[in-house]
Amino acid sequence: MAHVLKRILIKLLWVGVVFLGITVISFWVIHLAPGSPTDLQTTLNPDAGIEARVQLEKLYGLDKPLHIQYANWLKRLIQLDFGQSMSGDHRPVWDKIKERLPLTFGMNVASMLLTLLIAVPIGVTAAWWRGGVFDKLSTVVVFIGFAMPGFWLALLLMLWLGIAWPILPISGLTSMGFDSMSPMGKLWDVTKHLILPIFIYTSGSWAGMSRFMRSSMLEVLRQDYIMTARAKGLSSRVVLFKHALRNALMPVITILGLSVPALIGGSVIIESIFALPGLGQLFYQAVMSRDYPLIMGSLVLGAILTLIGNLLADIGYGLADPRIRVGQGGKR
Amino acid sequence: MKRKPLKRVSPWARHALLILGGLIVGLMSLAAVFAPLLAPFDPNFINVDALLLPPSPTHLMGTDALGRDVFSRILFGGRVSLWVGFVAVGIATSIGLTLGLTAGYFGRIVDEIIMRGVDVMLCFPSFFLILAVIAFLEPSLTNIMIVIGLTGWMGVARLVRAETLTIRERDYVLAARAAGAGSIRIIVRHIMPNAIGPVLVSATLGVAGAILTESSLSFLGLGVQPPDASWGNMLMEGKEVLGIAWWLSVFPGLAILFTVLGYNLLGESLRDLLDPRLKQ
Repeated sequence: MAHVLKRILIKLLWVGVVFLGITVISFWVIHLAPGSPTDLQTTLNPDAGIEARVQLEKLYGLDKPLHIQYANWLKRLIQLDFGQSMSGDHRPVWDKIKERLPLTFGMNVASMLLTLLIAVPIGVTAAWWRGGVFDKLSTVVVFIGFAMPGFWLALLLMLWLGIAWPILPISGLTSMGFDSMSPMGKLWDVTKHLILPIFIYTSGSWAGMSRFMRSSMLEVLRQDYIMTARAKGLSSRVVLFKHALRNALMPVITILGLSVPALIGGSVIIESIFALPGLGQLFYQAVMSRDYPLIMGSLVLGAILTLIGNLLADIGYGLADPRIRVGQGGKR
Repeated sequence: MKRKPLKRVSPWARHALLILGGLIVGLMSLAAVFAPLLAPFDPNFINVDALLLPPSPTHLMGTDALGRDVFSRILFGGRVSLWVGFVAVGIATSIGLTLGLTAGYFGRIVDEIIMRGVDVMLCFPSFFLILAVIAFLEPSLTNIMIVIGLTGWMGVARLVRAETLTIRERDYVLAARAAGAGSIRIIVRHIMPNAIGPVLVSATLGVAGAILTESSLSFLGLGVQPPDASWGNMLMEGKEVLGIAWWLSVFPGLAILFTVLGYNLLGESLRDLLDPRLKQ
């Protein structure tokens, strides 16, 4: 038990260090870049002179040295205060993020599940009958899927399903007249709008994942315990599902955790193509208006989601493999 | 020492994927290098008499909303992709190689610090960071290459470190040390050449990744700026006229798909070639 606690403690401590590292680098990069959030507000207004600019900078605390700005930002963050947006409506950053988080998060989770549903059967089948027709065919498809730029596939699908044979909406989250729909109608309407985006999300990860599943499965099938299981006379089915699959899934779980940053990054493009009001779109707007607190807030949130993903992957790993639960001081 | 394969398979069939990947990469590279000679039109020549023409013998891939020849623009866009791919991967590989060798050779605290730095970088939603930096620094080809390079070295560092860890225990390294060679000399002359195989593989795959990232950035309007052509910004322009001019959205995407496919095929088959253990 002490082992487990110690391992969790070290893990959490490490998560804290990584988190600090990420915030330091982000803060530094973003604030040292030329230009400032006051540029937009002062250049748009011809009456605003140097004084107005200085005043604005003072208001935002941009006149202080960088490390003091960082310390202040961190102090507020500990109280879960992400600060106020510097552009447009000047609302608290957290409020702006909060209303957009469910959409992006929901799409990410849905596409992860879909990825697993597609990739695991493909990888397992290809590995089980290695060198067979399915293996060869799926390898070709996987290579093409791997090289397919998601935003291009999105354009093609919009062209096909949205314009040539319009069965799916290609823009926004709701149709016109959404407010007058029944609750079920609303749900169906939103779902319809999300089918293409989630499909595109998934298209970015299923190929790599099924390739990974295949090699992980091949690795496991080579192990002695699989031969033992077969030698015992167990049926292929039992060997496959009880012995091989469970072990082969472990590295896949880890990769799934590591794929969180890519999913979050992908949200910028996908939400921009489909005009969806999610976190990616918010971040894009924040970058364009140099809204420092909003940029930092989004980056921090992305980092937190990534760290949670990694942590969950670690826990999942531990659950799947008792050897790791005993732990050897965090070394793998 | 060469062993004979049990079943005689012709080398062409055995390395079909390698050859296919090499062919695609070679063809795309040649097309990019000789773009000025191959392009039937000036890629930036605006022709108001030829707006949004569908593909025809004169304009093989049609024309865009400004009457520019899409085929010529794709050829010139290929130069951007190739250039970004090579420079960005060059930067990423140099950083990754240096840090990986250092971490693996010196071990202990040096290793710990570098590898934890890698962990931190891997937790970044790196596309967010790339986007922010590019938007701040003014989008330009140079900035894109540098930023993609600076955010893409972690995989190489891990790979090289792992290789170095095993190589440094080899007898020839011990022999070199006994002969009085310094650390730098051992690293550069004895370890690096033996760790270069996997680096080559990851660099090949890295070119594909960099091309994809560049086209995504250009698609968002944060990459190569008009009027210069890049596959990404051609797709951005194509999106505006999606309903009336399919050729603007189809051909640049095909170019990306083929190029990335080529580098991936090349990289993966190089990996099999260099590490027969994985093939089995």
